[in-house]
Amino acid sequence: MKTFKTIVIAFILLGLIWVDLPENIKIKYNIPTQIDFKVFGLNVKKDFTTKLGLDLKGGSSLIFEADTSKVKKEDLNDSINSARDVIERRINFFGVTEPQIQTVKTGNKYRLSVDLPGISNYEEAIKLIGQTAQLKFKELGNENIATNTPIFLQLTKDTGLSGIHILKSTVEFNSQDGKPEVGLRFNKKGTELFAAITKRNIGKPVGIFLDNMPLTTPTVQTEILDGSAVITGNFTTEEAKKLTIAINSGALPLPIKLVEQKNIGPTLGEIEVRKSVYAGTIGLIAVLLFMIIYYGRLGFIASLALLIYGLISLFIFKAIPLVLTLPGVAGFILSIGMAVDSNILIFERIKEEQRKGKAFDIAVRLGFGRAIDAIKDANVTTLTVAFILFNPLNWEFLPQFGMVRGFALTLAIGVGTSLFTGVVITKRLINFFYKND
Amino acid sequence: MINFLKFRWLYFLISAIVISAGLFSIVRWGFRYSIDFTGGSNFEFQMNKVVEKEKIQKVLDLNKIPVVSFKLSDKTILLRTKVLDQNKESLLKKDLEAKLKIKITVLRSETVGPILGKEAINKTLVASILAVIGILIYMSFAFKGFNFAFSAVLAMFHDLLVVVGTYSLLCHFFGAEVDTMFVTAVLTTMSFSVHDTIVIFDKIREYKELGETKNIEEASNKAVTVTMVRSLNNSMTIIFMLLALTLMGGSTIRFFIITLLIGTITGTYSSPFVATPILVWLEKRRQK
Repeated sequence: MKTFKTIVIAFILLGLIWVDLPENIKIKYNIPTQIDFKVFGLNVKKDFTTKLGLDLKGGSSLIFEADTSKVKKEDLNDSINSARDVIERRINFFGVTEPQIQTVKTGNKYRLSVDLPGISNYEEAIKLIGQTAQLKFKELGNENIATNTPIFLQLTKDTGLSGIHILKSTVEFNSQDGKPEVGLRFNKKGTELFAAITKRNIGKPVGIFLDNMPLTTPTVQTEILDGSAVITGNFTTEEAKKLTIAINSGALPLPIKLVEQKNIGPTLGEIEVRKSVYAGTIGLIAVLLFMIIYYGRLGFIASLALLIYGLISLFIFKAIPLVLTLPGVAGFILSIGMAVDSNILIFERIKEEQRKGKAFDIAVRLGFGRAIDAIKDANVTTLTVAFILFNPLNWEFLPQFGMVRGFALTLAIGVGTSLFTGVVITKRLINFFYKND
Repeated sequence: MINFLKFRWLYFLISAIVISAGLFSIVRWGFRYSIDFTGGSNFEFQMNKVVEKEKIQKVLDLNKIPVVSFKLSDKTILLRTKVLDQNKESLLKKDLEAKLKIKITVLRSETVGPILGKEAINKTLVASILAVIGILIYMSFAFKGFNFAFSAVLAMFHDLLVVVGTYSLLCHFFGAEVDTMFVTAVLTTMSFSVHDTIVIFDKIREYKELGETKNIEEASNKAVTVTMVRSLNNSMTIIFMLLALTLMGGSTIRFFIITLLIGTITGTYSSPFVATPILVWLEKRRQK
């Protein structure tokens, strides 16, 4: 039974080391950094790579504030969603990997926070994203274009009908077959324009373009005079919804203003990472040496526990995955310093019991038992502060800054893990190393 | 057992000197706030060759840049201005490149609108107050006696004053800035301060309950003696880490780390030398 336990622990350790190894390390064997397998029909897929934050990898973090003054209250949600959608579309056009777009509501202000990791041409990106969406209706141009070109390329002539002429677009369901459709309602001017357009284009396609990208190119069936049109097609509800959001971004345009931008060049982050890793290593060695010199054999055990602590923490960072920022790295490094605390508390207790003349194994048992209260008490405050700083429920009256959060999260994970390694692992190690004495 | 309490006037003097230096600095020079709180723009431009400061200054003046501060270190321009929009930034960059015949790589470019700055102040204040309330609630649970909780809180405020005061000095002499990371460091310090005090008070309470000691003074001296090694060792390990980061880590979080370092030192100091004497004084008054 004991051997079995040791083997299990050894395997877990190997697993941790495997996950924690740097991805770019060059070893003879190609180590996969992904788990992808099926258990009881469940798809297990996990990517174990370190995610670096903007400050380390470089990139842009932008916050736009939406001017909602001209939007009716009932349309507010639709127009915010549309604005978000437009930004996403433009970013995808820019080809940024893993962008993050969030709507943040503070008081009665709506903001869109946009993170673009790894982007270097931020000036152009800001210009592109900050524009108000342009929705246009186009019809077939006069030029003779080969008929085999895609329809949207043939639609070159501007009809003069645009986003300002649309009141709103909604998802509707056909009264006969219940299929989803996209409904459009025009204002007075729009109704006139649309009537004329449909009259001269019966049987021909008319395209709706957003930022000069085609959204849909339906064919006109009849002349529409009452200013309300439906676009049918074999839409799924999801597709219809997407199309209405896109049309609404032109119909309920939300001017957005850049209120905050942080752009970090890629070189700066690289230097900082290297320096931090270097500093962390030196600090770690100092701590290990200190523990071994001061506490001897017990210090060696604490050092082992600390290394295991490092492995577990890194594993958690990679598994969540946690986006590592510079303050996050600092939080982790600080927590290494704090992690030893529980060991020191226990060891001092053990020494104290030994001074009272108790045998080593009894002193160990008493030391662990008594120190745990103090350890528990002492860590509660750190966790409380970390909780408030991390703001997990995203309360608007608390800071929602990414930097502070990164620090709080790694610190909390660090403290939690250190409770486990400092108490449970250390006890196991002591049992293991001292059982032959 | 060492009679730590005998030198309580010395501890008081040390604390008084450090805190008054800080308070003096706060009144005299105040703080330098980062754009997180005031709004404004920060730029870090890397040039491909060394250029004289005056030449750069000329281009800045020509472009009517609302400069708050401008520093040049080697080939890096550190510029802080009032809110500068994207177009103006691009124009400035181009103008610098054209007039000085250099190439600029943007290391960092940050702009925070003034409204966001004001909001950040409010939110940080709320967070700090909540953190303090959280710590206070926890302490009234952890120590059933009022005197214990009260002395721990006083020690915590002592640490707060030390850190905030020293930071004002850092602002004045080394150009540190109060930003959200500073607030984070202060809150971490406060939690650490309490953490450290709890360990000592835990001991004092234990001795009191066991009845091994004659009075509160003896219990405290004994507790401080016993926990001293642990306190020092624990702080040592944290200080090793922070010192390594201060000396070798990157420049962006340097002041954050230094604040944590000061916080750790004062947090360690205040538990035996501020919180404990206050506790003894309060307990003795109660017995009279």
